[in-house]
Amino acid sequence: MIPHRYRVVDRVEELSDTVTLVIEPVDEPAVAPDHGQFNMLWAFGVGEVPISVSGRSPHLAHTIRAVGATTRALCALQPGDMLGLRGPFGTGWALEPATGGDLVVIGGGIGLAPVRTVVRAALADRGRFDHVAVLVGARTPDALLYADELDEWRRRDDLEVLVTVDAAPSGWTGNVGVVTGLIDRAGFDPARTTAVVCGPEIMMRFCAAALLARGVPSNRIQVSLERNMQCAVASCGHCQIGPVFVCREGPVFDWGTAAQLLEVRDR
Amino acid sequence: MASLRTIRDLVAEHPLLADLPADDLDLIAGCGHNEHLGPGRLLFREGEEASTFYLVRSGHVAIEVAAPGGRSLIVRTAGPGTLVGWSWLFPPYRWHLDARTVDEVSVVAIDGACLRGKCDADTGLGYRLMQRFAQLAIDHLQGARRQLLDVYGDQTGR
Repeated sequence: MIPHRYRVVDRVEELSDTVTLVIEPVDEPAVAPDHGQFNMLWAFGVGEVPISVSGRSPHLAHTIRAVGATTRALCALQPGDMLGLRGPFGTGWALEPATGGDLVVIGGGIGLAPVRTVVRAALADRGRFDHVAVLVGARTPDALLYADELDEWRRRDDLEVLVTVDAAPSGWTGNVGVVTGLIDRAGFDPARTTAVVCGPEIMMRFCAAALLARGVPSNRIQVSLERNMQCAVASCGHCQIGPVFVCREGPVFDWGTAAQLLEVRDR
Repeated sequence: MASLRTIRDLVAEHPLLADLPADDLDLIAGCGHNEHLGPGRLLFREGEEASTFYLVRSGHVAIEVAAPGGRSLIVRTAGPGTLVGWSWLFPPYRWHLDARTVDEVSVVAIDGACLRGKCDADTGLGYRLMQRFAQLAIDHLQGARRQLLDVYGDQTGR
């Protein structure tokens, strides 16, 4: 697969180590992604990494945390700079089952990025769902992604937004505690709820357990698994868990499937 | 016209205590009183004698720990329906943390020394309360472990 050339049209410094790149195609655009799909972004001369789509309209957006050579190179790109893009890949969030029912969106840390488009889509078509709850967790207050957008969401009376951090300096007036603690407080009807959960794997396990305990069926809990996606077309095997290629069959799985996969330990 | 709710009513509504026998609720309520506090008020401070616990009715209480460098770090926020403080139940009856109101807070404050005396006299009450506070301690321990995991740190490095 030959990458498409894209140009950075905007660069938003979200956190000290996290940047959102808004990009537009230079030539033929890639296929428009579904919610939850990812693209392979190529920093020329450095490498390629899988990055979830964090914005779809009017331009594609990807939120990238600088944790290695390639992500650092991508985060350093400035408006006008070019990058390569292959994709979109993988499965997306299945929102059809949520139609007419409640929707719970849970994002932890950088995991808020792949679910941001779900919240935006729910707000753009608000009548499609009953109760919509957005639960957000982060390490500290200054590690909360999309702070301005979170404030906008909080001001709406048709959206329940609960935010928590693991620790905060004295004077912080928000909630401190684990993100699973928010699940008990959110006002959704478990039997009619579809939940999409993205964040560190251990957080998703705890969240799934808390959602199950409240009565959300496992086939209506969706999680996004992160693995070492390299080819993104189910050829290299780097992202394989048991019989499954996460880049092709995932990254979004229902919890019934994901729970079995996570029992296959990395070696 | 809104009916006047007694301390007994408020105690009976609290999720941690709601399923206790009526006699237990009477005994607990007998040690309680209402308090309304503005934001930024210290409920208790680390090292001080722990003589009270609080059933949070409304508002939020930040549980703080002294961190290196003289800073205070919030490690948990207690909201409506939660309970703050268990050091009153265990020797040496000293607070291990600070608790400070975040906003306007209404609590039922229960006199721990009063209730300890009733637990000594009625071991059934003592056992049932100990079950609930042990569960509370376990829940908080599990939460603290998860917070210690620093789950939002990066594990990939690409």
